[in-house]
Amino acid sequence: MRPLLFLAFASAWNRRATLGLMAISIALSVMLLLGVEQLRTQARESFSQSVSGTDLVVGARTSPIQLMLYAVFRLGDATHNIRWSSFQMMAEHPAVAWAVPISLGDSHRGFAVVGTTTDYFKHFQYADRRLLAFSSGKPFADIFDAVVGADVAEQLGYQLGDSIVLNHGAGGIGLAEHADKPFKVSGILKRTGLAVDRSVHISLEAIEAIHLDWQGGAPMPGLSIPAEYVRKFDLAPKEITAAFIGLKSRAGVFQMQRHINQYKAEPLLAVLPGVALDELWSIVSIVEKSLLAISALVVAVGLSGLVAVVLAGLGERRRELAVLRSVGAGPRVVFMLLAIEGLMVVVAGSLLGLLGLITLGVFVTPMLETHLGISLAAWTLSAEAWQLLLLVMATGFLVSLIPGYRAYRMSLADGLTPRL
Amino acid sequence: MRQLVIDIQNLIFQWPGRQGFRLSIPKFQVERGERVFLQGASGSGKSTLLSLLGGVLAPQHGQLQVLDTDLTALTSSTRDRFRVDHVGLLFQQFNLVPYLSVRENVLLPCRFSQRRRERALEAADTLEQSADRLLSQLGLDLTLARQPVTALSVGQQQRVAAARALMGHPELIIADEPTSALDADRQAEFLDVLLGRCNDEDVTLIFVSHDQRLAQHFNRSVNLSELCAVTAEAA
Repeated sequence: MRPLLFLAFASAWNRRATLGLMAISIALSVMLLLGVEQLRTQARESFSQSVSGTDLVVGARTSPIQLMLYAVFRLGDATHNIRWSSFQMMAEHPAVAWAVPISLGDSHRGFAVVGTTTDYFKHFQYADRRLLAFSSGKPFADIFDAVVGADVAEQLGYQLGDSIVLNHGAGGIGLAEHADKPFKVSGILKRTGLAVDRSVHISLEAIEAIHLDWQGGAPMPGLSIPAEYVRKFDLAPKEITAAFIGLKSRAGVFQMQRHINQYKAEPLLAVLPGVALDELWSIVSIVEKSLLAISALVVAVGLSGLVAVVLAGLGERRRELAVLRSVGAGPRVVFMLLAIEGLMVVVAGSLLGLLGLITLGVFVTPMLETHLGISLAAWTLSAEAWQLLLLVMATGFLVSLIPGYRAYRMSLADGLTPRL
Repeated sequence: MRQLVIDIQNLIFQWPGRQGFRLSIPKFQVERGERVFLQGASGSGKSTLLSLLGGVLAPQHGQLQVLDTDLTALTSSTRDRFRVDHVGLLFQQFNLVPYLSVRENVLLPCRFSQRRRERALEAADTLEQSADRLLSQLGLDLTLARQPVTALSVGQQQRVAAARALMGHPELIIADEPTSALDADRQAEFLDVLLGRCNDEDVTLIFVSHDQRLAQHFNRSVNLSELCAVTAEAA
């Protein structure tokens, strides 16, 4: 075995330029494959961790996926709101342990504004039943208090006590401002990797308050209610967008779901977040699976390139192989020699690719985390990624057997004198 | 005390699956220590005979004994083993592995054969010493030992190949036109050192060439056309 490895290495070193390029192309394809796999796993993980401990998510009747998209991921808009009385019906139901309302629609410089109650910080859970935590400050207490997510604070440079102005409606620039009723940052949340990081949380009363003098999406002309007077008005919420509900016993979840879906006074939709997330992921997974398939193809291209290069080199090496045979290398040794050479290139390429991905991960991870809320720790490869890497190497070894076999046949046919 | 190194009787070889070609050797014997000049033009069955002696091909009929070993009784992989253990081979040109140094090329048989390794170590402390000694005996400057073989002239390359064939004291050396790429002066020089080494190391030498003039250097000369009958009819 030792002379074999020595010869294989010396031979590969002799053609290091060609094989080096081959290794680099395999490295790049492995990088792509592992990168996509990593992205996939992490995205799915972030995705499935977005809600936990919530038994039902309730909103106006729509598709379960759309409800999840706007209630949990703050993507898209709700078509309808639900009445406060409906929420109260649910909150007071004997099977319900807790209910947290949310009211969406406004924004702050591109970040969603969520009207809710302080129960949100007590009951909303994500990942492994983790609660939202404050990096500084506390939940809103006053009407014009706001709790901002980690990204909001970081990107806009907010600190406790800073004054912020909300926009009416969600979307880009040029939105009308609630400039007459500025808010004060009362708390900053720790990073969660969820939509919460990109949200501004205020009380439901505050939502009512900033819209007191608005009608039909614009300030009412000639009517302006200064901030200091809003407390004189009835600020009890009339509508909310969605609600998170926790039950006393999980066993009653289907019964409660049916009860809400069949509520006579208003068409409501209650979904089990786990089921809806799976459904949502099955749509997204078409994309991620295609991506994985494409990168697998790229690896296949890389490996066929390797086979082509080794096979092409075989012609020039005919003499060399005959010489090796004459000094005692049997056809089997010649076979192994070629197979080992291919395997060496594949292993070198794979490790190079892994190294590249880790290096890239160091630079890209912080960026992805900030912009997409996806945490991509390249140095903690998932078990599937390791399996893929092993699979690439195994496939590389298998395809290396092709030039090995060709050399074996050639060596048998040529004997000691190469036919040219 | 005559010891036969090669003993061929009533040998018949045909390429499997190919009709027409047929090589038959009624009798060919070589004694230990003999230096045999085999003269033959191409088509006279030269490569086939060498492949048979080297154990690459197996005859269909007859007796083929090398060093008292019946090659017809061995499998192809044990014949490979036998070859590297007992036979040194030397070819016309391009004998060397291009990506190995001069010394590494000489060491090659010892990497594949335990027997050659042990025999090389009988007279030297290390394999490298043994290789270097052979190289200098064949008239090569030892400063070349670490050089890549591609840096050498053709004449030097043939000497390296000869050193490799002799490495680890094989009993038999088969040389196939090793001087045909050299000019007349170099030919004589090369033959001199090769024959000298074979003499000193008590190695039997089979030297094949089409060049009748070289026959004078050998103690026995055989014409291939008298030795064997080749029929090559169109199928």
